[in-house]
Amino acid sequence: MRIIPLAICAVITTALILLFNTKYILPAPLGKLLAPQQGIWQNAEPADYDFSADLVFNDLKGKAEVYVDDRLVPHIFAEQENDAYFIQGYLHAKFRLWQMDLQTLSAAGRASEVVGDVALTHDREFRRLGMVYAAENSLKVMEADPATKASCDAYTAGVNALINSLTESTLPLEYKLIGYKPGLWSNLRTALFLKYMSYDLAAHENDFEMTNAREFFSPADFEKLYPVVQDSLDPIIPKGTAFAPASIPLNKPATADSLYFKNIVSVEEANKPDRDNGSNNWAVSGSKTASGAPILCNDPHLGLNLPSLWYEMQISTPGFNAYGASFPGSPNIIIGFNDNAAFGFTNGGRDVRDYYEIQFKDDSRQEYWFDSAWKKTTFRFEQIKIAGKPVFVDTVAYTIFGPVMYDKSFAGKRSNNQKIYAVRWKAHDPSNELIIFNALNHAKNYDDYQAAVVNLHTPGQNCVFATKTGDIAIRTQGEWPAKWKGQGDFVMPGTDSSYMWKGMIPDSETPYQYNPERAFVSSANQRPVDSTYPYYLGREYPSPRGFIINRKLSAMQQVTPKDMMDLQTDNYNVFAEMAMPLFIKNINDSAFSAQEKKYYDLLKAWDLRNDVNSKGATVFVLTWNNFKKVVFDDEFINAPTPIQRPFESTLLEALLKDSSYKFVDNISTTQQETLIDAATLAFKKTVPALIAAENAGKLEWAKNKGTYVSHLTKIPAFGRYDLPIGGGTNIINATREGHGPSWRMVVSLTAKTEAFGIFPGGQSGNPGSKFYDNFISDWAAGKYYSLWMMTKEEVADKRVKWKMTFSGS
Amino acid sequence: MKFIISLLLIALLSFAACLYLPWWSIAIVAFLVLALLPQTPGKAFLCGFSAIALLWALLSFYKSSQNEHLLAHKVSVIILQMDNPFLLVALTALIGAVVAGFGALTGSFIHKRKIVA
Repeated sequence: MRIIPLAICAVITTALILLFNTKYILPAPLGKLLAPQQGIWQNAEPADYDFSADLVFNDLKGKAEVYVDDRLVPHIFAEQENDAYFIQGYLHAKFRLWQMDLQTLSAAGRASEVVGDVALTHDREFRRLGMVYAAENSLKVMEADPATKASCDAYTAGVNALINSLTESTLPLEYKLIGYKPGLWSNLRTALFLKYMSYDLAAHENDFEMTNAREFFSPADFEKLYPVVQDSLDPIIPKGTAFAPASIPLNKPATADSLYFKNIVSVEEANKPDRDNGSNNWAVSGSKTASGAPILCNDPHLGLNLPSLWYEMQISTPGFNAYGASFPGSPNIIIGFNDNAAFGFTNGGRDVRDYYEIQFKDDSRQEYWFDSAWKKTTFRFEQIKIAGKPVFVDTVAYTIFGPVMYDKSFAGKRSNNQKIYAVRWKAHDPSNELIIFNALNHAKNYDDYQAAVVNLHTPGQNCVFATKTGDIAIRTQGEWPAKWKGQGDFVMPGTDSSYMWKGMIPDSETPYQYNPERAFVSSANQRPVDSTYPYYLGREYPSPRGFIINRKLSAMQQVTPKDMMDLQTDNYNVFAEMAMPLFIKNINDSAFSAQEKKYYDLLKAWDLRNDVNSKGATVFVLTWNNFKKVVFDDEFINAPTPIQRPFESTLLEALLKDSSYKFVDNISTTQQETLIDAATLAFKKTVPALIAAENAGKLEWAKNKGTYVSHLTKIPAFGRYDLPIGGGTNIINATREGHGPSWRMVVSLTAKTEAFGIFPGGQSGNPGSKFYDNFISDWAAGKYYSLWMMTKEEVADKRVKWKMTFSGS
Repeated sequence: MKFIISLLLIALLSFAACLYLPWWSIAIVAFLVLALLPQTPGKAFLCGFSAIALLWALLSFYKSSQNEHLLAHKVSVIILQMDNPFLLVALTALIGAVVAGFGALTGSFIHKRKIVA
């Protein structure tokens, strides 16, 4: 034995293995990643992969078959309903495990476990908002309902059956790339997923921003900048509907308009749900359709990601047969249809998250001043595990309102804050949202629908419904706090019970429409009712989409599914319809250069459509954005931050009423600017950006906008960028950069249902599968797929590509 | 002849080992084969290197072709900063080859005297 060379070579070999098996030296363990039998090559799904399988699980009570079609949509036929949820969990995990795992880790404030302390602020903020507390509260009532518990147990068992079958080789790609392993699923994680949706849809508020605005501007200016109701509002429940007086006495505190405005807020939320998390939905009655049967349409607008939020499937059991979009992370079909009816949702968008300023007795945080006495807090110890670092323990004080979210130790994005804010969030209250989806999946008629949706507490939704028997309905459903005017717009004092929510609006006072005379119902996140409704609903609702949808639907007759698809993908800019006359009247082109004239001509000739190749749309949008800055930047330059800028339509509507709107004047100059000055300046300021865009080949609207669908990790190679799609904010086709219609669905409730749908993604979450993003180009082009409600008699249909069987042992 | 037999043995046994063991079992396989079938250090390294270079290139290329190189296009951009599936196959082969080569070289030093091939 040649001991010295042997030892040297042994050390080199070991060193090489360490080099390629760890992240100590290289940024990734390249050997482990590229080893053909374990690493990423195993995720390179063969183009002709056979998804058929015969599977046996002890948890199953009966037999089930799953027919997988050519778009990789599974059609589950199960003898037992709970077996169907087991299989749903299994399939969600098979195709989407990584996203379910990540989204629920994120919801639980556990992202640091995976990515290290870069996520610590996120995790602390989510824990302090009470995400886990809220999920635990809801889980208690979910598990108290035997049917919900059984469905969740089956779903969880299905997810875990898949997780337990994973090997090093079959682990989803992202686990290999990031270097961790999935944790087991639980019913709590399903509850956390639903709270994540509540966060996305029912956690948006601007209380800190509005408090600073209220402090900075005079009361008169404040009302001009932040009006409660917009003129263009065409509410979900039409104007003129009579409402009964409030059954809950609101008793606005006498000090509510004066007491607490000397109050600059210096915390800033690190995470903020997108204000545009909204949607369109409508249902048209048979009297307005060509077939005589109702048509229901829905397109939820959410952040666009890969893997997609949605997973399409059919679930057929002896008790029901439903098809539609499901959430990986939860049992049931969420937006879809069954053999009798169709159902969909848009976000209610009311403010159900308020802050209260707490006065602690001392730094121990054990007592706080409330109704003239010291009241005891309780503590929740949040143990945040951090990859590669010791555990971080965040001790969160709980008050009568809820958790203390911001205090001296945590100010969100900011570093310095002396004040203490507790958060009251409706999602903290226990509720069982799964009942609704389960009941809608089974629903046969309007009564079933009504009985189902009254269970919806948070996130409150505008629930649209239509049946084969000809009914259409919409309910602005949710358990909403009964508020006095202005309640919750600003941070409220936490020392006085009179500022607390007065109770929840009883369901008998929920505004709704059932087979209205106008023969359609619709919603697009606009204010649900006009100002005659007795409860306060907050200030921030987008109006234009609802306005144009109602105008178009009113004018339509003999509607076909194709008409509805054209409406969902319509790029007409109704906001521009109102704003353009203002620009044309006030932009002074007499001194324009040739260059400026060229772009101004594009604007004047524009057809008000934000189509893919429209140059005028780009000119308009960039000019409008500059116009807002020209008008408001001078007022806001010295304002405290965070601060709220006026909502979308405010400036436009103010100018339409009064062209001498006071904010048009630039207060940092001595002369008095007019609307002509402001509009002309805004246009001139836009021209350099237009020249740059044209030089970059990005003057056309879609190129300028640059819509993308990115992977949840934002790894560019796994996303799709620069998609050729029009639309935008305030347009029915509400496609922004990374946000838009996440599932488009049109269901015609004829004797044999004709349904169409598409989402910007694919059924598989594996970036190495051809089913990963195969719907995106068709989605961008405005195409739809036929949604096939398969019957057991159609198993020989050529669309069926694979068959999976499931049975108990 | 011994070289070819060793090479084939390393490739076959590595394939079998990696069905159950971590990827770096290729180094142990190469070490053992060369410990049992002695060769000069230079040939030993070449033997281990070529065996895994061939095996990993074949396996990864086969996987990638069946996948129509869909994944390799994406992953090559992440790892190599360029869209080149074949370079990713080459990198795969090289990493395995170097590790196995040194494993084989180590194995060749188990024996005292120079080996006559």
